[in-house]
Amino acid sequence: MTLKDGETGMVVRIDSVGDSKLKNRLMTMGLIPGTRVEILRSAPMGDPIAIRLRSYNLAMRKDDAEKIQVTKISA
Amino acid sequence: MSALAVALTGNPNTGKSTIFNELTGAHQKIGNWPGVTVDKKVGYVTYKGRTISVVDLPGTYSINAHSQEEVVVSDYFKENKPDIVVNIVDASNIARNLFLTVQLMENGIPLIINLNMMDEAERQGIKIDEQKLEKAFGMPVTNTVGRSNKSVKVLLDVFTETRMSDYHPSEMMAEHIAKVNAIKASGMAQDKIDEEIIAARYDFIDKVMAEAVTTQSVGTTFTDKLDSWLANGVPALFIMLAMFYLLFQFTFNWVGQPAADWLGDLLTVDFAEWAKDAMAAAGVAEWMQSLISDGIIAGVGSVLSFVPLIFTLFFCLSFLDGTGYMARVAFVMDPIMRRAGLTGKGIMPLIMGFGCGVPAIMGARALDTNKDRMISILITPFLTCNAKVPIMALFAAMYFPDNAANIVFAMYFLGLATAIIAAKILGMTAFKAEDSSFLLELPPYRMPDMKTVLLETWDKGKGYLIKAGTIIFAMSVMIWFLSSFNSDGMTDEMSDSYLASIGSATSTLFKPQGFDTWEAGAAVVTGVLAKEAVVSTMGILYGAGDDISTEAEDAGDTAAQFMDTTMATSFTPLAALAFMIFTQLYSPCVTALGTIKKETQSWKWMSFAFVYTCSVAWVVSMLVYQIGRLLGFE
Repeated sequence: MTLKDGETGMVVRIDSVGDSKLKNRLMTMGLIPGTRVEILRSAPMGDPIAIRLRSYNLAMRKDDAEKIQVTKISA
Repeated sequence: MSALAVALTGNPNTGKSTIFNELTGAHQKIGNWPGVTVDKKVGYVTYKGRTISVVDLPGTYSINAHSQEEVVVSDYFKENKPDIVVNIVDASNIARNLFLTVQLMENGIPLIINLNMMDEAERQGIKIDEQKLEKAFGMPVTNTVGRSNKSVKVLLDVFTETRMSDYHPSEMMAEHIAKVNAIKASGMAQDKIDEEIIAARYDFIDKVMAEAVTTQSVGTTFTDKLDSWLANGVPALFIMLAMFYLLFQFTFNWVGQPAADWLGDLLTVDFAEWAKDAMAAAGVAEWMQSLISDGIIAGVGSVLSFVPLIFTLFFCLSFLDGTGYMARVAFVMDPIMRRAGLTGKGIMPLIMGFGCGVPAIMGARALDTNKDRMISILITPFLTCNAKVPIMALFAAMYFPDNAANIVFAMYFLGLATAIIAAKILGMTAFKAEDSSFLLELPPYRMPDMKTVLLETWDKGKGYLIKAGTIIFAMSVMIWFLSSFNSDGMTDEMSDSYLASIGSATSTLFKPQGFDTWEAGAAVVTGVLAKEAVVSTMGILYGAGDDISTEAEDAGDTAAQFMDTTMATSFTPLAALAFMIFTQLYSPCVTALGTIKKETQSWKWMSFAFVYTCSVAWVVSMLVYQIGRLLGFE
């Protein structure tokens, strides 16, 4: 599902489409199933976005963020 | 006793370099790791009679060997067994930082966990029980408070007194390592194995966090408040433009350029004349006087006069980088830069390119991937640097007096458009296979450590001085020789020199562009030495007097001086336009070429930069001239 700015969710899984390196990098940065992520804000034109996880902030492009499957959790 | 070898390792943005600088001060050597453009920093400190050598490994999130930095760290530990490895951990971001710690321990590397930024962690409501952390890993834990010199010096006691052989991985760690080995032996696909291991590491970290770390919510942090302005939507773009404007003004108008002009005048005018007088008084041979004052002092002076500009710019950039703002710039610019086949971080080098290509090419170092770095370096020469402005201003004033500003603006635009098209093409051809990505930590805003900012500035400026300086020195002597000699020996008339012969040979290349005069050919050749030389060469060759100004704002007066010479009739307006286009796009100056060589570590790429910019310039200017003729322009 899609989270909006300010919403918090939980990582369910990361799809590996083609480039498995990306999945590996996302996981290394702490995006593991079960991790809480909060959508903070976005750059002009809505992309890239900034998220918060494991008490730090990470920016990524929307294309990459779409590979991360999440469920919403009410904060 | 032999020197104690200490290695510092840790994530980016942990204050690792600050600790390194506090420990070693100015006693450091910065070089390159073999084969890559990653800084290798080694420093020395003597403490209680022992020499301690400290190596500052590049900041990495892991040792997965995906990036140059990760390869450097991974290889370092394969090839070296330092006495002490210190893992600098940002206490305010401990969960992700421990990933590297766990990975290092899996590789059998005993280490000291140093919790840095403890003050910041406390402000964020993060409490770490050091004893429990020590127990969880079985390795010693220390702490430092960000930028406090005193707390960093405590580390020296830790280095000299800790016996790593007293420490062994905890039972929990041993279990984790056994689990990792089981995954490796499971026979799954390699990708799957890697992912399972990453997940296992975070499992371990989650267990450690549950035991040793408590987190209290403290509401909105200072960083979040600032980010809601500096990294949020369209307003952030305007704030950033304002910041760049100030940075540019500071570097090119307020501090850097005035200092550069002052130093340039002092060296190439005052000092050169003084040296000439002194040599004349001492009875030095005339050719020797000319070599020293017109060749060496003028040439080296032109390098030295770049120095204040470079130092000012790098000071500003190091400072901004230290605050954490540069990550936001990349974030805000990414949507725009991506459309040009670049990445958000590439905006800085691009903007610098409008001032001077040399710091712009050096600035490309900050980019993550080889692809982004190379494309950025190769497109910079197309931009209108400060030294090209006088050429554009002069020609526009002479041949297009009614539209001068529009023509100059069009040249800026042409340069930028060519750079963007080149970026697209290079991205789809030479660097197609390599990926470009954007996954960027937005670190908390911090006050930069001045020692670190100054050391970084000095290091970059020094590198420029030494390496680019040697090349421009040699080129200066060569151009001096060519413009002062002909086959009969020394000559006072430049129109009689080797340079004039070369100019007339070169000029045959420009028949399709309509400016095949030997003067234009010679100006193109000297322009490779420095773009400023284009106007001054033409001034000398057309006899406009040698007191012509190369300042853009004096273009009107300068144009009037030139109008009295034969130059007024030696270009048609269309040929003048072709000449402007050619000089806008062709080869970077030798200083920039030297910098490209240094940054790409490759003669091949330097030659490529020369050949492809010249080819693009030749083709575009030819097309404009020929199509213009077909349309009936002259």
